[in-house]
Amino acid sequence: MSAPSPYLPTPGFARWRKAKSTAVTAVLVLCALAVIAPLFLVIYFLLVQGWSSLDLNFFTQLPKPTGESGGGMANAIVGTIELLAMASVVGVPLGILGGIYLAEYGSDRGNDWLRFAADVLNGVPSIVWGMVIYLVLVVPFKGFSAYAGGVALGLMMVPLVMRTTEEVLILVPQSYREAALALGVARWKVIMVIVVRTALKGIATGVIVALARIAGETAPLLFTALGNNFWNHNLKEPIAALPLQIFAYAISPYDDWHRQAWAGALVLMALILALNITVRVLSRDRRKSS
Amino acid sequence: MSAVPTPSTILPAPGSKVPDLAFKWVAALAAATIVALIVLVGWQLYAGSRQSIAHFGLGFLWSSEWDPVQDKYGALPFIFGTLVSSLIALVIAVPLGVATALFLTELAPLKLRQPIVMAIEMLAAVPSVIFGLWGIFILIPWLRDHLFVWLKHTLGFLPLFQGPIYGVSMLAAGIIIAIMILPIITSISREILRSVPNLQREAAYALGATRWEVLKIAVLSYARRGLFGAAILGLGRALGETMAVTMVIGNRPQISASLFAPGYTLASVIANEFAEATTDLYLNSLFELGLVLLGVTILVNIAAQLMLKSMTKGGPIKVS
Repeated sequence: MSAPSPYLPTPGFARWRKAKSTAVTAVLVLCALAVIAPLFLVIYFLLVQGWSSLDLNFFTQLPKPTGESGGGMANAIVGTIELLAMASVVGVPLGILGGIYLAEYGSDRGNDWLRFAADVLNGVPSIVWGMVIYLVLVVPFKGFSAYAGGVALGLMMVPLVMRTTEEVLILVPQSYREAALALGVARWKVIMVIVVRTALKGIATGVIVALARIAGETAPLLFTALGNNFWNHNLKEPIAALPLQIFAYAISPYDDWHRQAWAGALVLMALILALNITVRVLSRDRRKSS
Repeated sequence: MSAVPTPSTILPAPGSKVPDLAFKWVAALAAATIVALIVLVGWQLYAGSRQSIAHFGLGFLWSSEWDPVQDKYGALPFIFGTLVSSLIALVIAVPLGVATALFLTELAPLKLRQPIVMAIEMLAAVPSVIFGLWGIFILIPWLRDHLFVWLKHTLGFLPLFQGPIYGVSMLAAGIIIAIMILPIITSISREILRSVPNLQREAAYALGATRWEVLKIAVLSYARRGLFGAAILGLGRALGETMAVTMVIGNRPQISASLFAPGYTLASVIANEFAEATTDLYLNSLFELGLVLLGVTILVNIAAQLMLKSMTKGGPIKVS
């Protein structure tokens, strides 16, 4: 093929360009399919492998010792919920108050730095949190504990909750604040009673997003909560968690434990999906009302 | 003068300023914890690794010996494993992620966009440990029996694709990480592409460009820097991935040219050996690995933030 004139493309060249464009379009479609395919593959195998292993025992019994089949992960399910509750106690107040500072008090320059710091903190690998909490809460108190696990997860929540809180507080119209201040209401009351109340749903959404993010975290729990094959009756003792149990069972050599790991993964995924669906419902309401 | 009511009769008595100030300071303190936490994390890792820093010095970083029995530790195999697995992930995830973002912003019918975005968000919600479980029992057997065999057959002349196939390998880890960083790369790329002004596209179309030429000339070249930032942000995530990688990489501290060979990463050696570190020096060395990991991820994240910021603020002429 002779070189086409740069000014008056030949019909052949035009066809070639169109063909190339169509080809690229097809490639882009294939790429998009390739990106969502893993999601469906993971969910498919979770359902296939996990569903058949799920039974009532899984939700009511403790793990059986090696070699015995049966048993369940009741303690790990409860443990995960306890850890999430403790994480919320640590992470939610810190995150919300930090967000209030950013939205209501901070100076532009200072806020830029704080946001930057929050993004950096958000990027700290989760395994590093585990090591740090090990030094801060496990070594001094001479033992792995549920507290340490909860704090590790809670601190991971702080930057997430802080950023979302700031974002929703900024959306509250300035006139609300001015109206309340003009009535002589103290600033802190304006913030707590007017601003935060107005944005409550958004803040709750942010908290649930953060919870969904940390619910499946394993690495920060490895050297803090440690895991436990029995019920935890004392938060100063190690506690079981679903992700830890899944990890331990997945790398074990026993078929029965593999089965349980799939069942645990299905339950964990269902929990996280439920949290995400809650977020969707909450934010849909918000969109409608505004 | 006396006819004017004093303020105290219409307004509540001006209360003390203490609650207001106290609240402000509590909030400021909470915001400051962010900075304090960064300092705490860095300091604790440093404190935890002081012995090994003193004992091995800088040589720790390029010694490839990892022998708990002899109490000799070097970080090189783990740094190598972390970098190689993350690079594989980027090579796979960046083109796929950017292509998907292009599809979502430029091509997909409006009705399809929301469901696909939702699916990608759900992919981001899958915990690492579940990817690991899936990796061990589904992905690895498939890779071992199909993809790796095929790669060895067709590209076996490259040193990258030689040697025995175990299944657990650097390449498997790279693929798992790629799946895990796809959502963030796709969503950031999508934001970037959406910020490309329509005028750019219209101008290119007006010149008679085909769809691909519009994407190439008007969209991609405009968004190049931001897309690079998205890739770097993905790298930041990839470096710190722990659980899924630990489960599929094979956990062997070696440096091998073959991607079929098992490897080890900074994060996964910590996850595996931390609880069983018997000597102080062993534990200190693991902390130093953590310090290296933290340092690298923070630098990479800062670079990504700066790049994305310059894209949104000081990019080429903004047309509103």
